[in-house]
Amino acid sequence: MTAGLAPRVLRFSLLPLALLALWQGVTAAGWTDLREFPAPATVFARALGEWQSGVLPEALLASLARDLAGFALGAAAGIPLGLTLGLSPWFGRLVGPTFDSFKQIAIFAWIPLFGLWFGMGESAKVVFIATAAFVPITVNAWAGARALPQTLEEATAVLRFSPWQRLIWARLPAALPDIVAGLRVGLINAWLATVGAEYFMSVAPGLGSVLISGRDLYAMDLVLVGVLVLGLTGVALDTVASRLGAILIRWQ
Amino acid sequence: MAATALEIRDLSKSYVVNGAPLPVLAGISLDVAPGEFVSVVGASGCGKSTLLRLIVGLEQEHDGRLAYDGRPIDGPGRERAIVFQEHRLFPWLTAVQNVEAGLARSDLGKSERRRIALEHLALVGLSNFAEALPKQLSGGMAQRVAIARALVSRPGLLLLDEPFGALDALTRSHLQREVLRIVRQEGLSAIIVTHDVDEAILLGDRVVVMQPHPGRIAEVIVEEEGPAREPGTPEAVALRRRILHRLGED
Repeated sequence: MTAGLAPRVLRFSLLPLALLALWQGVTAAGWTDLREFPAPATVFARALGEWQSGVLPEALLASLARDLAGFALGAAAGIPLGLTLGLSPWFGRLVGPTFDSFKQIAIFAWIPLFGLWFGMGESAKVVFIATAAFVPITVNAWAGARALPQTLEEATAVLRFSPWQRLIWARLPAALPDIVAGLRVGLINAWLATVGAEYFMSVAPGLGSVLISGRDLYAMDLVLVGVLVLGLTGVALDTVASRLGAILIRWQ
Repeated sequence: MAATALEIRDLSKSYVVNGAPLPVLAGISLDVAPGEFVSVVGASGCGKSTLLRLIVGLEQEHDGRLAYDGRPIDGPGRERAIVFQEHRLFPWLTAVQNVEAGLARSDLGKSERRRIALEHLALVGLSNFAEALPKQLSGGMAQRVAIARALVSRPGLLLLDEPFGALDALTRSHLQREVLRIVRQEGLSAIIVTHDVDEAILLGDRVVVMQPHPGRIAEVIVEEEGPAREPGTPEAVALRRRILHRLGED
C-alpha cells in the first residue's frame, strides 16, 4: 500500500502539473489578456485571500450542505423506486415506461417549473439536485433488482427460501453492487446540479454565487477559484463514495 | 421404511420449441432403494440433468409418476437436496452462512443452526474456513461447502448434477471418495448424473446408461461391491468398454 503510494501520486499529478506549467508558460509569455486569463499565482493568491476571509469556506459548506441534502432526497426516492420496479413485474410494467420517458428530459428543463412549484428559496434547489441524483440511482437500483443470476435464483428455490428470505438473503445483496454504482453516479450528478441550481436559479450562498460575483465583477481569477474548488470537491466526493462503496461490497 | 425411496414410473417430459413439442425424456422407469447410490451416465443432451431437475422439483410439468417415499413430487422439498456443477454459493455470505442457508426453513434457533452448520463444514473438512467468503475458496473447497449446504437439512436423497465436472483431476478424485464416504455414513440414497464413465462406475451401485433424442434408459447395470469399481481393474475396464459401446449406439 505505502510502497505503491508514491508512484500513484506521481501518476495522478503528472498531467495536472503539466497543465499548470503550460498555464504558467502561456500567461508569463504574455500570450493572453491577463484580465481574461489570469496567471496561476494570481488565482492562488485570490484563493488564499478568499479562504482566509471566510468567503470560500462558507460558500463551500453551503454548497456541500445543499448537495448532500438533494443527494439524500434523490437516493431516498430512487433506491426504493428502482428496487420496486425490478422486483415487482406488474409495477415495472405499470411505471417503468413512464420513468423511462421521464429520464429522457434534460434536467435543466425543470428549472422554470421547480422555481414556480417550490418557490425561489432553498427547497427548489434541493428538489432540482435531488432530481439529478434520482435518475441514475433509480436506473441502477432497477437493474440491480434483476441482477440475481438464474443459477442462484434456483438455489433459493431448492433451499426453499421464503419470499422474505429470498429478498433479504439473495435479491437485495445481489442488487447492492448496482445500487452502489448508481449512488456514485448520483453523487456526481448532484454536485453538477448543485452548481447549476446556484447559478441558474435564485441567488444564495454557495460556490455558484462565487462564480456569479466573479462574472459580475469581471474577476476571472475569482471564477477560476470557483472552478478549481468545484473540481477538487467533486473528486473528493467521488473518492469518499468509492471507498465507502468498496466496503459495502467487500464480497465481490 | 419403504423398500423404494424414489419411484420413477413411465416418466416423460417435453419442452415446446418453436411451437412444436420436443421430447427430452421418454418412458423413464427407475426405482432407487434407501441407501442406494445410482449413477446416470449419458452424452450431453440425453436429458439426464432434466431428470434431476424434475426429481428435485425445479421443474414440475411431466407425464408419468414421480414420487419420493410414496408421495408425488410437486416441488422442492427438505428430503431431496441437490449439488450442481457450479457451487451456486451466495457470494455475499461466508461459508458457514451459506451452509446455514440450507436450514432456511427449519425451526431451529440461531445458535443451534450455527452449530449444525459448523458440524457439516467439519464433515467436508472445512472447519477452518467457516468465515471465508466464496471468492476466497478454491473450486474444490467451494464445492465442499455446497455439499455441506445440501446435507445440512438432513435429506434422504442427495442429487448430484455433474458436481465434479469443473474440478481438476486430483480434487475430483478426492471429492468422489469423500462423497461416497459421506453418503454411506449418513445412509443416504444418491443419484449422480455424469458423462464421466469412470466416475459412474466408481460411485454407482447401479449404472443407468441413457441415450438421447429423446432421453431414455438404454441399460441398467448392477455393480458388485469391491475392486471391480476401481478404475483400471480388468472388471472396471470391461464394464467401461460395455458402457462406452452402449453410449455410442443411437
